[in-house]
Amino acid sequence: MSDLSTTYLGLTLRSPLVASAGPHTGNPAMWQRLEDAGAGAIVLPSLFEEEIEHDAFTREQAYDNVADRFGEASSFLPSLDLPDVGPSRSLTLVEQARDRLSIPVIASLNGTSPGGWVRYAKHLADAGAHAIELNLYDSVVDPGITAADAERRYAELVEEVKAEISIPLAVKLSPWFTALGNFAERLQTAGADGLVLFNRLFQPDIDLDTLEVVPRLSLSTSAEVRLPLHWIANLFGTVRCSLAASSGVHDGADALKLLLAGADVVMSTSALLQHGPEHLRVIERFIHDWMMERDYDSVNQLRGSVSRGNVPDPQVYERANYYQVIHSWHPMGHR
Amino acid sequence: MPSQPTTALLRREVVDANEAVARVAHLLSEVIAIYPITPASAMGEYADEWSARGHTNLWGVVPEVMEMQSEAGAAATLHGAVLRGALATTFTASQGLLLMLPEMFKIAGELTPTVIHVAARSIATHALSIFGDHSDVMAARTTGFAMLGSPSVHDAADMAVIAHMATLSTRVPFLHFFDGFRTSHELNTVSLPSREQIRVLIDDELIHAHRGRGLDPDRPMLRGSAQNPDVFFQAREACTPFHAAVPEAVQAAMDRFATVTGRRYSLVEYHGAPDAERVVVLMGSGLGAVREAVDAINASGSGERVGVVGIRLYRPFPAAQLLAALPPSTRTVVVLDRTKEPGAPFEPLHLDVLASLWHSDNSHWVAGDKPRVIGGRYGLSSKEFTPAMVKAVFDEAASPLPRNPFTVGIHDDVSHTSLTWDPAWRTDHAKVRAVFYGLGADGTVGANKNTAKIIGANTDLHVQAYFVYDSKKSGSTTISHVRVDERPIDSSYLIDEATFLGIHQWNFFDRLDVLHLAARGATVLLNSPYPAEQVWDRLPVEVQQQVFDNDLQLYAVNAAAVARDAGLGGRINTVMQACFFGLAGVLPTEEALRELKGAIEHSYGARGEAVVERNVAAVDKSLENLHRVPIGSTVTATTRRRAVVAADAPDFVQRVTARMLAGEGDLLPVSALPPDGAFVTGTAQYEKRTIATEIPIWEADLCIDCGKCAIVCPHAAIRMKVYEPAALEGIGDTMKSKTFRSRDVPGMHLTIQVAPDDCTGCGVCVQACPAHDKSEVKRKSINMRPIAEHLDDERVAWDAFLAVQEADPAQWDPASVKTSQLRQPLFEFSGACAGCGETPYIKLLTQLFGDHLMIANATGCSSIFGGNLPTTPYTVNSEGRGPAWANSLFEDNAEFGLGIRLGFEAQRRTALALVDRMRSVLDTALGADAVDALLAGIEDQGELGIRAQRDRVAGLKAVVADRPDADAVALLELSDTLVRKSTWIVGGDGWAYDIGAGGLDHVLGSGRNVNVLVLDTEVYSNTGGQASKATPRGAVAKFAAGGKGSMKKDLGLEAMSYGDVYVARVALGSSDIQTVKALLEADAWPGVSLVIAYSTCIAHGFDMSQSMTQQKLAVQSGHWPLYRYRPGGDSDAQPFQLDSADPSVPYGDFASSEARFSMLARSNPDRSRELVALAQQDVDNRWSYYRQLADVHRAAPGHAADAMIADEDDE
Repeated sequence: MSDLSTTYLGLTLRSPLVASAGPHTGNPAMWQRLEDAGAGAIVLPSLFEEEIEHDAFTREQAYDNVADRFGEASSFLPSLDLPDVGPSRSLTLVEQARDRLSIPVIASLNGTSPGGWVRYAKHLADAGAHAIELNLYDSVVDPGITAADAERRYAELVEEVKAEISIPLAVKLSPWFTALGNFAERLQTAGADGLVLFNRLFQPDIDLDTLEVVPRLSLSTSAEVRLPLHWIANLFGTVRCSLAASSGVHDGADALKLLLAGADVVMSTSALLQHGPEHLRVIERFIHDWMMERDYDSVNQLRGSVSRGNVPDPQVYERANYYQVIHSWHPMGHR
Repeated sequence: MPSQPTTALLRREVVDANEAVARVAHLLSEVIAIYPITPASAMGEYADEWSARGHTNLWGVVPEVMEMQSEAGAAATLHGAVLRGALATTFTASQGLLLMLPEMFKIAGELTPTVIHVAARSIATHALSIFGDHSDVMAARTTGFAMLGSPSVHDAADMAVIAHMATLSTRVPFLHFFDGFRTSHELNTVSLPSREQIRVLIDDELIHAHRGRGLDPDRPMLRGSAQNPDVFFQAREACTPFHAAVPEAVQAAMDRFATVTGRRYSLVEYHGAPDAERVVVLMGSGLGAVREAVDAINASGSGERVGVVGIRLYRPFPAAQLLAALPPSTRTVVVLDRTKEPGAPFEPLHLDVLASLWHSDNSHWVAGDKPRVIGGRYGLSSKEFTPAMVKAVFDEAASPLPRNPFTVGIHDDVSHTSLTWDPAWRTDHAKVRAVFYGLGADGTVGANKNTAKIIGANTDLHVQAYFVYDSKKSGSTTISHVRVDERPIDSSYLIDEATFLGIHQWNFFDRLDVLHLAARGATVLLNSPYPAEQVWDRLPVEVQQQVFDNDLQLYAVNAAAVARDAGLGGRINTVMQACFFGLAGVLPTEEALRELKGAIEHSYGARGEAVVERNVAAVDKSLENLHRVPIGSTVTATTRRRAVVAADAPDFVQRVTARMLAGEGDLLPVSALPPDGAFVTGTAQYEKRTIATEIPIWEADLCIDCGKCAIVCPHAAIRMKVYEPAALEGIGDTMKSKTFRSRDVPGMHLTIQVAPDDCTGCGVCVQACPAHDKSEVKRKSINMRPIAEHLDDERVAWDAFLAVQEADPAQWDPASVKTSQLRQPLFEFSGACAGCGETPYIKLLTQLFGDHLMIANATGCSSIFGGNLPTTPYTVNSEGRGPAWANSLFEDNAEFGLGIRLGFEAQRRTALALVDRMRSVLDTALGADAVDALLAGIEDQGELGIRAQRDRVAGLKAVVADRPDADAVALLELSDTLVRKSTWIVGGDGWAYDIGAGGLDHVLGSGRNVNVLVLDTEVYSNTGGQASKATPRGAVAKFAAGGKGSMKKDLGLEAMSYGDVYVARVALGSSDIQTVKALLEADAWPGVSLVIAYSTCIAHGFDMSQSMTQQKLAVQSGHWPLYRYRPGGDSDAQPFQLDSADPSVPYGDFASSEARFSMLARSNPDRSRELVALAQQDVDNRWSYYRQLADVHRAAPGHAADAMIADEDDE
C-alpha cells in the first residue's frame, strides 16, 4: 500500500485529497461520509463578512428603522430570540466539525474590512479550527489602486491576521496577479503558511430580458485544472510554504497531475457535488493504482517531480508552452 | 397564608404601564385571549412574546396566548376559559371594550373571576381618536364588573396585582384601567411587584375554589339558563352581597399588598390640606397634575385650603370611603370627568359623587350642611391637563356662581362652558426637563427610551419619558418629553418649560416653532449641517429673537456627518444621545458615556460586533464634534419661517388646518370645528412637507409614455398629463415636455412631473420604470436625484404643470395603464409610509371612478392615512366632484358600505317615483324621449355615459328648480341619484379576514351592487404588525412570534362559493393592466365584487423602494396567483381565469427576501424549514386547484347581464 500522507500547513494529512469549501462541507450530515471516503481534511464554507453585514442590515431594516415612528406601532415584528448577528453559525460549524471528525478542519474566511478579517479569523481560531484559509476574493477595479498597492494591502492583511492567531494560515488567491511568483513570496514573508491556487472569481452574467447583471455560478470542469497546475509547477521549490491546488479537480488524473506539479494537497468541490463524497475513493484509487503500477512508495516521492525545476526544459512551463498550445490547436472539423 | 415582607426583592425599573401590567397578567393567567387595539396592543404583544419564549406563569406553566378575530371573540374565549375554571385575562381599549360588553355582563352575572386590563381610550364618535380618556370604561360601568383605576405607571403595576387578588376573593370580575398613552406609554421609574411577592399574595385556596366552580362533566352543572318573569328578578338580586363585599375586599387586598411590598393604597385617596374647603375629585392620570397644583396652592401663602380625592375603585362606588376621605371642612366638591355624556345632567363620576354626598348626614360636615358639588370635563382624547388648569378649576370653585358643568383645557366659544387658565402658572420642578424634536425615522424616540433606562438603571434619580407623535406614517415628527429628578415624578402633562431642547433635524426651524418650550437660559442642542460658527447666520429671524429673549445657550453638532463617518448611515440617535449626556449634566459625562456604551452593547449586541463598534465610535466622536454656537450681538437674519400653508389656500385651511399644522391645534376654539365631524376634502395639497432627500427627475428623451411610474406612485407625487401643444405657450421651458405617442389622439404633448414637496423619495417609480438609456442602462426615464439640486426648478415646473389644462378624459378608454394615469388622481399626498403598497390601489380607484365614488373605509392604515387630521388626501376635480369618504368602525365596514348603498338606492327609488309622478310635467318640458333616455341612463357607465346622464339630469333640474310644489323640491334634491354612483368598501386584511369577516360574508351574499377592495398586507399594519388570518404560513408577526403555522385563508374562494360575486386577485407590481381591468370589471359588475389586492408593507421587512419588485416575486413564486372570477353567462361559461403564469420561483426564494420570513429562519431554523416546505406545498396545491377551476363551467345564479370587459386588448 502506497503512503498517501502529506504535510499541509504543517498539518499531517493521511491523504492529499481535501474537500474544499462548498455546500457539502457545510452540511454536517456529509462530514462523516467525506472522512470515510478518505478526505485528508475539509475546508468549511467561507464565513462571509458581507453576509454578516447583510444580516445586520436586514435586522436594522426590519426592526430599528421602523421602530417608534408612529403612536400606534412602536415596531412591526415581534422581538424574537434571534441569535446574534455575526459568525455564530460558522463558529458552531467549526466546533461541531472539530468534535465529530478526526481529520483536520480548516475554516475559510472572506472578509471585507480590515477589522473584519482579523476579528473573524480570531473567532474561527478560537472556535477550534486547525487552520484558517483566507479567501482573498475581490476585484480591484478602482483605477486609482495600482497592482503594487493591492499586493501591499493583501500582504499587510495577512500579516495582521497572522499576528492574531497561532494556528496555520493559508491564503487562497485568484489567478489574476501579474507577478504571482513575487507576490507568493511576499505572502509567505507576511506569514502565510500555504497558498491555495486558485479561487474562482465571481463571474457575472447579463439577463437579456431585464438587462440586469446576475450572478451565475457554474461547476468547474477538468479543463480548469491547467491553471493551478501551471502555477504550482512554477512555484514549487521557489516558495517554502505549502501549496494547495484548487479548481477543476474532477478525477484521479487531475489530482495526480497537480501532485506531480508540486501540490501538497489537491482540493475538490464540483466533482464531490456531482458524484457525492464517495468520489474521493475513486480519485484515491486511481492515484494509488498509478503509484503501484509505477512502484512509487509515497506521495512525497512524486510530489513536484514534474515541477518547473524538475523537468528537463523549464521553459515548457513558461511562454513556450503557450506557443506550443496555440500551434497545436485546430478548429473542429479541420484536423 | 402568612405574608412576609419581601422588600429585599424590590428592583427599580423604567417601564411603561403596558409592560408593567402585562408582566402581572402573564404571571397570573393560564389563558390570555387577545386582539390588537391601540393603545392596549403592547400588553398582548408582550404576553405573546413571553409565551413564545417559554416564560411561565406563577405556577410554572407557559400561558396559552390566543389571538382572536375580534375583541368580541377574545371576550367570549375569556368567558369560556374562566367558566371552565381557568385563570384568564385579556387586554383592550375603546371600541374593543365595547365589543366585549355583552360577554362582560355574562361573566359578571355568573360571578366568575377574571381581570380585563384596559388602556382607556376615547370611543369613536364624530371622529376616531387613539388617545386617552374614560369614555370607554364609563360605557362598561353597568356590566357588573368591579372597576379599579390606576393614576400612574407605578399604580398600574400594583393595581394589576390587587385586581387579580380581589377578583379571586370576591368572585366579581374586575376591569382594571389606566389612561391610554399618558400612562400606558409613559416610561417611569417603578419598583415592580416581583414574582416572589405576587406568589405570596395570591391565595391558592381561592384558585381551588374557582376551579371547583368550573364547568366539568365529572361534576356537571348548567350555566346560562333562560329564566322567566317568575324568577329572573330575584335571581338577579342574588348577587348583591357579592358586589357589596367588593370595596372591603379590595381594601383588604391593598392592605395585604402593603405588608408584602411596603406600598400602601386605599380605595379613595385624599391629598391636601386637612381643613380644605375646596376639593377636586377625579380618577386617572390627571391626579398627578392636581396633586402638584394642590401643593402649590396650599403653599402659596394665599391662605387657600384645597385638596384632591383620587378614586381608585370606581365600581362598586365606594361612597362611604369617599365621605370618610373628604375633610368635613369641605364646602365645594369639584368632580372632574374625563368623558362626555351628551344629554346627561352631569357626567358619571359627578353623578356618583353627588348621590354619595346627598345621602350623607349634614352633621358630618363642619358647616352643618352638605358641600356644594360642581363638576366639569377635562382631558378628552389626551387633551393636556395641567396644574394651571387645576388652578382655574379651584378658582372657579371659589366663585359664588360657578359654571356647572364647565370644561377646562379648551376654549369653548359656542356653549361658553370653558374656564380660562393662566399657562404661566407652573408647578413643574423636575431638575432636568428635556424636550427633543426628532423624525420618526431618525431614532430619536428609541434613543430617549434608552436614555431613560440608562438613568433608571444607573442612578438613584427618577426619570419619566413620554412621546408625542404626529399622525403621519412617513416623515413624521416626534417630540420626546423627558424629566429627571431626585423625587418620584408624577407630572402627568407635557413639559412646557424645558431646561434642555434637542433639535434633531435642522429643517424643523423652517416649519415649526421648536424653541417656544425653552425655559430662560435653556440649553439647546442642534443637529446642524453647518459648522458652529456659521449656525447663527443660518437661523431664521424668529429663532434668533427667541435666543435673545430667553438667553438660550446653543450647541451644534453635525450629527449626520459623525454618524455617516462612523458607518451609521442616517441614524443620528447615538450621536445626539451622547451630546445630551455631555450637556445635560444628569450624570458625570465620563460615567454617562460609559453607560451609554454599555447600553449600546445591550441594544445592538444582537446586530453584531460591527454595529456595536460603529455606535461606540460615534459616541467617541460626538463630543469632539460638539461646539458652542457663538451668538451674534443682534438679530441679523433676514429669512423667516416658511408660511405653514400657501397664501391662496382656502379659508378653512387658513383658519383651522394651518393652526393644526403649526402645532397650535390646542388653541383652536370650539367654533372653529365642525360639530358633526364633517370635513372638507382636498387639504393634503396645502401641507408641503418636503421630506424627501432624493426625488425622481424625468428624462423626457427616454420616456415611452407607459405611465408605470405614475400608477405605482404611493403618494400621487408623479403625475402624467397629456395636452395640446398650445398649453406650453407662455411657460417657456419651465416644464419638460415630449410628443405623446397615440394613434387615437395625435399631435398631443406629454409631461411626467414630480410634486417635489409631496414626494417621499421612496424610489418605487424608478424601480417600475421600464425605459433604459440604450447606451447606459442605469439611466432610466426617471431617476432619483438629490432634492437640493432640483427643488427650485421642480417647484416651478410643478406649478406650471398644475396650470396646464388637462386633456378631456373622455377621449380615452381608461382600460390601460397609460390612459388610466391620464386621469386626475383624487387621492394625493397622503401620510402613508414611503413605498406603501396600499395607496396606489386607492389612487387608481379614484382615477377610474373618483367623481362618482362613495367609499366606506374600515379602520386601519387606510383610514388613518385617508382620514387623519390635520390634512386629508381625498380631493376634488375641477368640477368640485370627488370621492365621498367615511369611516365607521373596524368591525362593521362591509355592512356600513352596504348601508350607504342601500341609502343611495332608496333615494334613487324615491327620485324615480317622483319622476313618475311628475311625468306629464317633465314630458311637456323635456319631451318624452328625453325623459325615457333619462330613466334608461341611470346606470350608464364610463366618462361619456356618466357625462351624458349628468346633462340629462341638469335638464331635469332646470325644469323642477322653479316649481314650488313638494314633489319638485324633493326631486331637485334627489335628482343626482339618477347618475351612476360607485360604492366601494375598502379596508385591510384585519377587517376583511378577521374582525369584519362576518359582515363581509353577509354583504358578499347580498347580491347588491357594491364593490369591496381588500388591501391585503397579510398583517395588521396599523397597529404594528399583528398576525391576521391573511398572514401566510411561515411568517412571523406579533401574536405569531413563533411563526404562523396555519395557511392563509383563501378569501377569494370563499367569495366564489356564492357564484354571483365577481372576484379578482391582483398585484399591481406584477400586472398593472390586470389590476386596472379588475377594478373596471368589478365596478361594472351589477352585483357584489371583491378585489383582493396584494399590498406590500413595511411590516414585511424589506427595502420599500422594491415594493413593486417584491409584489412581482410574490406572484412568480405562486404565493399570490392572479386571477379573475367573472360570473355571468350561461352554463357553458368558464368564469375563472388565471392571469399569472405557472410559478417559476421557489417559495423559499420569495420567503428569504423578506424579514418576516427570514427572521424565523434565524430564530428557529428547523421550524422555518418545515413551514417553508409546507408553504411550498400550499403553493403547489393551490395552483393545481386553480388550474382545475379554470376549466370549470358555471352559470351565475340570478344575474343575466354580463358586464365584463373584453380581453382583446390585453397588454
